[in-house]
Amino acid sequence: MSKPIGIEVSLAVAEAVGLCDVDVVAAYPITPQTHIVEHLSELVADGHLDADFVPVESEHTAMSACIGSSASGARTFTSTCSQGYALMSELCYIASALRLPIVMAVANRALSAPINIWNDHADLMYARDTGWIQLLSENGQEAVDMSILAFRIGEDPRVSFPVQVNLDGFTMSHVIEPIGIPDRKEIAKFLPPYRPKLRLDPEHPVTIGPVGMPDVYTEARKAQDEAFKATKPLIQEIFNAFAKQFGRQYKLVETYKTEDADTIIVAMGCVVQTAMTAVDNMRAKGKKVGIAHIRVFRPFPAAELIQAIKGAKNLILFDRVTSFAGGEISGPVAIEIKSALFDRKLSPKVGNFLVGLGGRDVTEQNLEEMVERVASAKNGDLPAYEFINVRE
Amino acid sequence: MGIASEALKNFKGFNLKNLPEVEPVSPGHRACQGCGEVLALRQAMKAIGTNAVVCSATGCMEIITSPFPQTAWRVPWIHVAFENAAAVASGVEAAYKAMNRKKIINQPGVTVIGYGGDGATADIGMQALSGALERGHNMIYFCFDNEAYMNTGIQRSSSTPFGATTTTSPAGSKSSGQATWKKNMAEIAVAHGAPYVATATPAYPIDLMNKVKKASLVPGPAYIHIYSPCPTGWRCGIEESIEVARLAVQSKVFPLYEVIDGEYYLSRKVAKPKPVSDYFKPQRRFRHLTDAEVGYIQNRVDEQYEKLLKKCVVEDKKKEKE
Amino acid sequence: MAKETGIKSWKELNFGIAITTPGNAAELKTGDWRSMRPETDREKCTKCGQCYIFCPDMVYSKDAEGYYVQNYYWCKGCGICAKECPVDAITMIQEVD
Repeated sequence: MSKPIGIEVSLAVAEAVGLCDVDVVAAYPITPQTHIVEHLSELVADGHLDADFVPVESEHTAMSACIGSSASGARTFTSTCSQGYALMSELCYIASALRLPIVMAVANRALSAPINIWNDHADLMYARDTGWIQLLSENGQEAVDMSILAFRIGEDPRVSFPVQVNLDGFTMSHVIEPIGIPDRKEIAKFLPPYRPKLRLDPEHPVTIGPVGMPDVYTEARKAQDEAFKATKPLIQEIFNAFAKQFGRQYKLVETYKTEDADTIIVAMGCVVQTAMTAVDNMRAKGKKVGIAHIRVFRPFPAAELIQAIKGAKNLILFDRVTSFAGGEISGPVAIEIKSALFDRKLSPKVGNFLVGLGGRDVTEQNLEEMVERVASAKNGDLPAYEFINVRE
Repeated sequence: MGIASEALKNFKGFNLKNLPEVEPVSPGHRACQGCGEVLALRQAMKAIGTNAVVCSATGCMEIITSPFPQTAWRVPWIHVAFENAAAVASGVEAAYKAMNRKKIINQPGVTVIGYGGDGATADIGMQALSGALERGHNMIYFCFDNEAYMNTGIQRSSSTPFGATTTTSPAGSKSSGQATWKKNMAEIAVAHGAPYVATATPAYPIDLMNKVKKASLVPGPAYIHIYSPCPTGWRCGIEESIEVARLAVQSKVFPLYEVIDGEYYLSRKVAKPKPVSDYFKPQRRFRHLTDAEVGYIQNRVDEQYEKLLKKCVVEDKKKEKE
Repeated sequence: MAKETGIKSWKELNFGIAITTPGNAAELKTGDWRSMRPETDREKCTKCGQCYIFCPDMVYSKDAEGYYVQNYYWCKGCGICAKECPVDAITMIQEVD
């Protein structure tokens, strides 16, 4: 593998996508994803990447063109976030239902209004029901690795689903980190060419996207659901193959110092890195805290997550988006975790905190306060969720 | 010489004796009896042949040809959403270009087509069409214009003609139907610099098929606006589709022309134009119009036609070029 | 409709319910829709091909002698061919059954 170099994460992601030899990139600029698509168009312009770069006139067209391209049999990539994601969202459902392995890098950003170009998970949560595989990265190396993995996972004929690679906008996309980018030969060894069975080909005419009346729609959804369920073990299998070749082992849920923890923080994305430092500080003070961090949010790895957290008396659950459910139930990630706990008859003390909205920093201090809050609260006293670090 | 003129240098057209036999659209489709739009689609696809990929918008042509588990399509076809046929086609075109260049496939001559109705093109699909035309993709876009959102129940579109009654621009005591003039999509395509733009209608099948053939030979984006009668929505007899389309041309309501590298060519001289009232007669959607309103429309039709004639390359000028 | 050709199980579906049997819509007897049907008088017919090119349902095909023949399996009885025939060789007849 190439020696790690100091490189901006967005550029590294673009380099990795370029080395994956994509055929078509159809993308529209939106802060903070811009550096990814800019660098990809540079790679094409300088002849480093042989691809058709389609500078579309909106994100809706970006995903439409990606669908047309992927359905024709081309390896296809795009990138967006926030408002752009919202605009293309109707098509994301379609891309998954048509089983097209489009890869999309999302530089997670808050949704308007107010307009805010900084990082939170609004667009990640927006995508929950679309049927895309959602991968999380916590640092630049992971963002690069997830980008390469995304093509291999999506294009595996047993999977055939589109894949979303999430990297936190600005907090990850725009920082310079030491990243080892595998070279073209290594990636080619890991990533076989994309040769779908079903494609738009005059030699074998197919009709894609017919009308699904009530007598077939349920079956169509069941087929998609069963296939999506089946992706979970395949994702881990491919993570293992990646580890074998590149030496970095990823799991659906990863843990940090959870073995004897009585309080576990559950989080995803780069906030986990801050949490790790906070946990080290707290451990030094004798507190038994650990982190279960989710790497694959869809399909939701309930079994693996419960395995990681079942020993905890206290759980700190992060949500990085507001969901306006009316205040009586928790935020989106928390309700998924609570649902998994309930199904297994587990009831630890749970604190759900809305953190890092619209680029608000999450500090080690915040983390220590949250741990203290949950530890000292009586069972049943904690609200469904609470904002932290808000000026009253 | 412009790129379109260059490509069409030695163009040989169809005639009634050498019509293509291929039928890329099969019978058994669910179109209404006498549907002028599916006839237009049929004629256009016959001119294209089978070496094509077709990207459809949501609409009549999509619904009637793809009721799972049946399909009337004998060529590869994809339907994604309502407003993005041109965008999907852009993606298909880019994919074929890249895959051929990278030698992943060896299929260089595939014609990429995007089509939609007037609603899908002139309203919700304007953005995608504009982008595709501006980026210069090598593709053809057909707008099948039946002058309203027919598939969802005859609601008005920006292509509904002035004075037509639709379910969302109904004629009533306080209204005379559609209150705006038809959006001129062909002109919009010309303004984007598309090398080949044409208007056509299935009442003149040889003209339509020749224009489609030309579009497939011209590199870059081609736009063809096809006037497609809808007996269901226009409330005329199911056997009158062709007659109404012919009257539209003969009354100058829908002139047939081509724009090749920005130069206008009238396809059919209307020597003795019929009055618009003749055109309105078979269609109950115009029944409520007063004589004054008909006169107002007649003036506008005359005016627009004169404007078009002024833009057209005249016979003498044509000879000068040769 | 699925019930017409009997898709039974979700396991039988292609990705995105894609249809891999081109043109199988031709199995549907749209001829059942009509109440009138066109009949051609060969004496008058000049084999011009207008009926063929104006039919929205691809009903006509050329026979060995060059006459255009109807396929009543699909004919919806719209009457365009009868109206457009330049020599009035086609008449619309009431369906009796």
